[in-house]
Amino acid sequence: MIVEMVSWLCLMGGALLCVAGGIGMVRFPDVYTRSHAAGVIDTGGAFMILLGLAAQAGFTLITVKLFFIGLLLFFTTPTSTHALVKGALFGGQNPIVRDSPDKDNGVAS
Amino acid sequence: MMFAATMAGILVAMVLALLRGLLGPTVYDRILALNTFGTITVLAIAILGFLMGRPDFLDIALLYALINFVGTIAILKYLRYGDLSASSPDADGSKR
Amino acid sequence: MTVRLVSLTSILFATWLLMSGHYDALTISFGVISCIACVYLTRRMKIVDHEGQPLHLNSAIVVYWLWLLWQIVKSNLDVALRCVLPGKRIDPIVFRAPTSQKTSVGIAAYANSITLTPGTVSMTTWDHEIEVHALTRSGADDVLAGNMDAWVTRVERRK
Repeated sequence: MIVEMVSWLCLMGGALLCVAGGIGMVRFPDVYTRSHAAGVIDTGGAFMILLGLAAQAGFTLITVKLFFIGLLLFFTTPTSTHALVKGALFGGQNPIVRDSPDKDNGVAS
Repeated sequence: MMFAATMAGILVAMVLALLRGLLGPTVYDRILALNTFGTITVLAIAILGFLMGRPDFLDIALLYALINFVGTIAILKYLRYGDLSASSPDADGSKR
Repeated sequence: MTVRLVSLTSILFATWLLMSGHYDALTISFGVISCIACVYLTRRMKIVDHEGQPLHLNSAIVVYWLWLLWQIVKSNLDVALRCVLPGKRIDPIVFRAPTSQKTSVGIAAYANSITLTPGTVSMTTWDHEIEVHALTRSGADDVLAGNMDAWVTRVERRK
């Protein structure tokens, strides 16, 4: 019963974090700030949903597979985000910062 | 019920990521949307396995996570060097 | 070298056993053959080194991962609220954080930890500093406080 509750909480929290990250990806002004919103989906959303599924499965090989998916995401998502941000930097995208003379001023619209 | 509700939230996040992929002014926004969409797809496949009572789907989710990573890196490398077999380090002496 | 090969083989075979779920003689022999083929290929590619098998990292890494998990939870909540609530403003900033790691494995681990925490992304790495893009001023202050840097250096240090 308690396991059910924890699983339900984790799954709902993960889904909410995914939606929040999606909203952030649409709202934020440039590619660097959007990568922070994508980071919410990659870490918080993914790990909480995998945790909720693992609580449903109990101590079986299914949980081991979920653990491997989590481990893989733990190592690959920061690497690909770093590669993307570095690529954007070398591709000539200037990050919007508050101190720059941009009229947008780095504030979400 | 629980899995269906989570699936609904994931589908909304998928639509938002696709929206950024369609809107994205630069190519990097589109690649970011693609990468995030892939991560959400991994979660969606995992939940689908539980929803349909077939946990074998987790193997497909694991493979999708691998292919998503390799694909993102390959696109970025092609974009930057125009050649997938390029191995030269960065000219400015920075690492990785 | 031999230690690294043995550890690589045992990790690969343990992974195979956990992923497979079928334990009859024929399937296990397939697993053994594929593990040996993989180890042969990695050895031929000359990537069995201290970067592929960082065995020198000490056991503080377990405590560090728990601490990192707590940081991830905190910054997730902060960034998620900033994504959703219209009243909370974002304030992007680019700055350089000093690094105290000696090896490239340590710098890569530190850069990945920064990226893994939502709200901060490492953009470029040099020998003694990392260029970081942060979503808010407070996230930048958290990185500049240097706790994570000290943790990674402690994990990296040889016993």
